[in-house]
Amino acid sequence: MENKNLAVSVDDLTVAYNYKPVLWDIDLAIPEGVLMAIVGPNGAGKSTLIKSILGIINPIAGSISIYGKPYDEQRKLVAYVPQKGSVDWDFPTTALDVVKMGTYGSLGWIKRPKQKEKKAALEALEKVGMLAFKDRQISQLSGGQQQRIFLARALVQNASIYFMDEPFQGVDATTEIAIINILKELRKSGKTVIVVHHDLQTVPEYFDWVTFLNVKKIATGPVKDIFNDDNLTKTYGINYKVSVQQ
Amino acid sequence: MTSAQLEIQLIASIVAIACAIPGTFLVLRKMALISDAISHSILPGLVIGFFITHDLSSPLLIVLAALSGLVTVILVEFIQKTGLVKEDTAIGLVFPALFSIGIILIAKNANDVHLDVDAVLLGELAFAPFDRLLVNGADLGPKSLWIIGSILAITVTLLMAFFKELKVSTFDAGLATALGFSPAVLHYGLMSVASVTTVGAFDAVGAILVVALMIAPAATAYLLTNDLKKMLVLSIGFGVLSAISGYWLAHWLDASISGSMTSILGVLFLLVYLFAPSRGLLSVLYRNKQQRIEVSLLTFLLHLNNHSEEEERHINHLNEHINWQKVRSKSVVDLALKNNMITIDNNVISLTDKGTSFTNKAIDYIITNDDTEIESMKEDFFLFRG
Ligand SMILES: Nc1ncnc2c1ncn2[C@@H]1O[C@H](COP(=O)(O)OP(=O)(O)O)[C@@H](O)[C@H]1O
Ligand SMILES: [Mg+2]
Repeated sequence: MENKNLAVSVDDLTVAYNYKPVLWDIDLAIPEGVLMAIVGPNGAGKSTLIKSILGIINPIAGSISIYGKPYDEQRKLVAYVPQKGSVDWDFPTTALDVVKMGTYGSLGWIKRPKQKEKKAALEALEKVGMLAFKDRQISQLSGGQQQRIFLARALVQNASIYFMDEPFQGVDATTEIAIINILKELRKSGKTVIVVHHDLQTVPEYFDWVTFLNVKKIATGPVKDIFNDDNLTKTYGINYKVSVQQ
Repeated sequence: MTSAQLEIQLIASIVAIACAIPGTFLVLRKMALISDAISHSILPGLVIGFFITHDLSSPLLIVLAALSGLVTVILVEFIQKTGLVKEDTAIGLVFPALFSIGIILIAKNANDVHLDVDAVLLGELAFAPFDRLLVNGADLGPKSLWIIGSILAITVTLLMAFFKELKVSTFDAGLATALGFSPAVLHYGLMSVASVTTVGAFDAVGAILVVALMIAPAATAYLLTNDLKKMLVLSIGFGVLSAISGYWLAHWLDASISGSMTSILGVLFLLVYLFAPSRGLLSVLYRNKQQRIEVSLLTFLLHLNNHSEEEERHINHLNEHINWQKVRSKSVVDLALKNNMITIDNNVISLTDKGTSFTNKAIDYIITNDDTEIESMKEDFFLFRG
């Protein structure tokens, strides 16, 4: 593992809201090319961890680097799918328009999206099977469709590292499979994908890397080595038994 | 029409456009109240500026007033961040305080100058044409036209330059941050524009109309479109329409110009709120009713699908079997007939081929929740929309 590139490296990260620490002294090294789940109970700080890595929240201590450099210099390498409910669904905008927003980062300030960006957005919509819905207002889409739109928005960023906060929340089984297949494809093409995940049963099936988090980092590593009852118990506080099928 | 009349309408229309642009984003950011706060709390800035310059149309006045608008925003956010009160409470705490400081300053020191509370609240649009901009003796038109025109020019330039940034930071502040468009910068930029516009406009139209022109046209447009650009165009349109028709209403009734414009804004909003095609109250009620009938229709079709026995399908037994009131079963049967989903033969109802395939598709949809199954039916049935 030593000679593998680190996609993300988090050192001594502490984050607090109103002086109450929600992440405590986190060290985390995410190697390039993994499909990683972040698991932990509600309120464990999973969303906060991702937001801190992306500079959306300012930590009170610690440092973060993306391929060895600060996030500010590496924005274009990173794409993010926020947790559902963090946007205004009644905003006057269509599916296509939301996906186009993914191209804004590479455009930078002032420059406007043109045909090239539109084409990229349409391709991403096609990839997630949502082309037919491109002109829908986003509140007129089902939960699973909304999630696919946000995945398309991340895809259009053409990043190296993808962060997704609970992409399977409130989606049906078909969409879940469609999304995980796209994520596996991303990993195959050498991208790093980091997913906040709730369904412990599917961790071994979907992911090859896992991080246990509950305010502190409990463990991180390959699923086959560390996804066990011991770590689950440490993370969730109760005696956990999942049948880990390999 | 005299030239003064024309100038009043021109000033009012330009004010309307200059207000509609920041107003659209304030409405989308659910910050309508902040414009009220700004419009009142710029007063101390104005008064202090007046003490310094002794000139009501000095640019320093605009700068100081806009600054007190920004101070309002910052104070509101500061109080809100303590977590002790909600945003609207914070707004309610800040602006009366600043407004009353302004009033006290006027009462204590400016008794003999042209700065009275009525003028502040309602403006003096009727007099705007008499305050001319004279350069070397040449008359360049009303001063307020120049002030608000310059503000509009700046606003439009900023809007064109930062449209996509404003859009993404309003829709999804997290994404905006991650992409490198600081929402804080955009927020304070927008607040500065709103403050400057308020200051520039309120000398002409007064604080109340400024707030109305920022919020009402945008709120009206919001009900009519799913496209941000169209929303901007519509709110500008509603603003100008109310400005001009409000002027003539006032002329006709011999009433306050600002008051008439505000009333027209209110009436326009009410009409759209009631009759807007998809978000209006009436169409929402109608859609809810349709959906109830369609749920019943589906239940009814499933019942027919499950029962081949004639007695279960007899029209008189419908009420007992599915336990509906007469009215409902009649509208359901009518709907099914209209869509060629059933035939009635000797009072016995049978599914047609179309009815059977619709029912099967609907079952598939309910079981798999797969949207492609239902796309083809969506146009006919409200039930599966959205
Ligand atoms: N904006 C906020 N202000 C104050 N506390 C917050 C805020 N966001 C999250 N928290 C708190 O921080 C903790 C971690 O939240 P979060 O990162 O969302 O957890 P998770 O995503 O693991 O469920 C929770 O206790 C939550 O209540
Ligand atoms: Mg979360």
